[in-house]
Amino acid sequence: MSSEALVVCHECDLLLREVPLEAGGLARCTRCGCNLYRHQPEGLERSLVFALTAVVLFVIANSFPIVSMNSRGLMSSTTLLGAVGVLLHDDMPSVALLVFVTTFLMPALEIGALIYLLLPLKLGRVPPAVPSVFRLLHAVQPWSMVEVFMLGLLVTISKLAAMASVVPGIALWSFVLLMFAVSAAVAGFDVRIFWARVGALR
Amino acid sequence: MTAGTALVTGASAGVLACHTCGLTQRAAPEAHGLTCARCGSSLHFRKPDSISRAWALLIAAYVLIIPANLLPVMQTGSLFGSEKDTILSGVIYLWTSGSQPLAIILFIASIAIPAAKLLSLTFLLVSVQRRSLWAPRERTRLYRVVEAVGRWSMIDVYVAAMLTALVQFGSLMSIRAGSGAIAFGAVVVLTIFAAESFDPRLIWDRAEPAEPAEPANGEKQ
Ligand SMILES: [Zn+2]
Ligand SMILES: [Zn+2]
Repeated sequence: MSSEALVVCHECDLLLREVPLEAGGLARCTRCGCNLYRHQPEGLERSLVFALTAVVLFVIANSFPIVSMNSRGLMSSTTLLGAVGVLLHDDMPSVALLVFVTTFLMPALEIGALIYLLLPLKLGRVPPAVPSVFRLLHAVQPWSMVEVFMLGLLVTISKLAAMASVVPGIALWSFVLLMFAVSAAVAGFDVRIFWARVGALR
Repeated sequence: MTAGTALVTGASAGVLACHTCGLTQRAAPEAHGLTCARCGSSLHFRKPDSISRAWALLIAAYVLIIPANLLPVMQTGSLFGSEKDTILSGVIYLWTSGSQPLAIILFIASIAIPAAKLLSLTFLLVSVQRRSLWAPRERTRLYRVVEAVGRWSMIDVYVAAMLTALVQFGSLMSIRAGSGAIAFGAVVVLTIFAAESFDPRLIWDRAEPAEPAEPANGEKQ
C-alpha cells in the first residue's frame, strides 16, 4: 500500500484509492459526495492565459470611473479606490478596509500569485519560494470577492437609476470581464498537475 | 457503499492529506506540529480546537447581528431632512418602490443568508457535540453550502460603500455608510472564519467509527 496512490477525503476523512480520470473528469468521495480532485490536462495553460488577461482588466477596471451619475446638474463619478478614499475620509475605516481587501488587495494577490507560479513553469523553470506563494494563493482565495462586488454594483446602479441618470463607465465592463477571467484562471489551476510539473523540473 | 464493507479513515490508517496542496502523507496518530513535505502548510488529522473556536466566533457573530440589523447601514441627508435605513427598511423600501427583484436579492443576501448561516453552524456544532448519528451526508452537504454562500452577504456592504462614494453633494444630498454597516461587515467576516474553523470530519468521526480494512475506490464522474 503506497501512500502515493491514496487520497484522503478532506470532508469526511475517508481513505480512498486514487482512480485515474479522463480529461475534464472529476473524482468524488463515495461516502460524503464531496469533490476530491479534477483532471484538466490543459488547465494550467488556460489558467495562465486568463490570469494574464485578468492583469490587463484589473488595471483598466481600477483606472477609470465605474459609474457616473447626473442628477439635475449634479455630476459625480467614482473609481473603486476613490470609493475606498471617501469611506476613509468619512470615518468608516473598517468598511473602507473591508472593501479594499476583498475587491482590490486579495484579487490582486490572487492574480499575481497565479502568474508568479505559472509563467516561469511555462518557460521550464521553477520560481523561488513556490511553497510560500502556493500557500498565499490558497489563503487569499476565500477573500477575493470580485463576483460579489459585481452584484453589489448592479444593485447600486439600480438604486441610483431611481433618482438620477446613471452612465456605466468602461471600468464597469472591465469588472464584469475581470470576474469571468479570475473564475476561469482559478478553475483551470489543476493542483495535481501543477505539483507534478514542479516535481519534474526540480 | 454496500453493507458489510468496512471503511477506513485517514486517521485510523495514520494517513493524512494536506489541506492546501492535497499531498497524502503518513504520520503517527498522536503527532503534533507536522508540516506538509511539499508546500509547508501545517498538518493535522483534525483542525485544532475546531469546536471551541467555531463556537467563539459564532457567538460573537450572534451578538453583532443585533446591531447589524438595528443600526442604520445608510444615512441619506438632503434639503428635506435626513433618513436612516436599516437593512430591513432598505429591503422594504425597494419592494414598495417597485424593484421587487432587487428587494429579493438583497433580502436573500443580507437577511436570509446570514441568519441561515448562523443557525446551520449552530445546528452542526450541537449535532457534533451530541454525537449525532443522523444523516451525516446531508449535514456535510449543509456545511459545504454554508461555506460557499457566506461571501454573498457582502453585497450590502458594497452597496453602502458605492452609494457613499457617489452621492456626495453636500447639503443638497449626501449618503453616508452607517454604523450598522460596520457591524454587518463584522458578522460576515466572523461567520466566514467560523465556517472555516469547523471541521466536517467530526460529523463522520462520531457517526461511523471506521475499522481498519482496505481503502475504498474513488468515484469517477
Ligand atoms: Zn468524503
Ligand atoms: Zn501541502
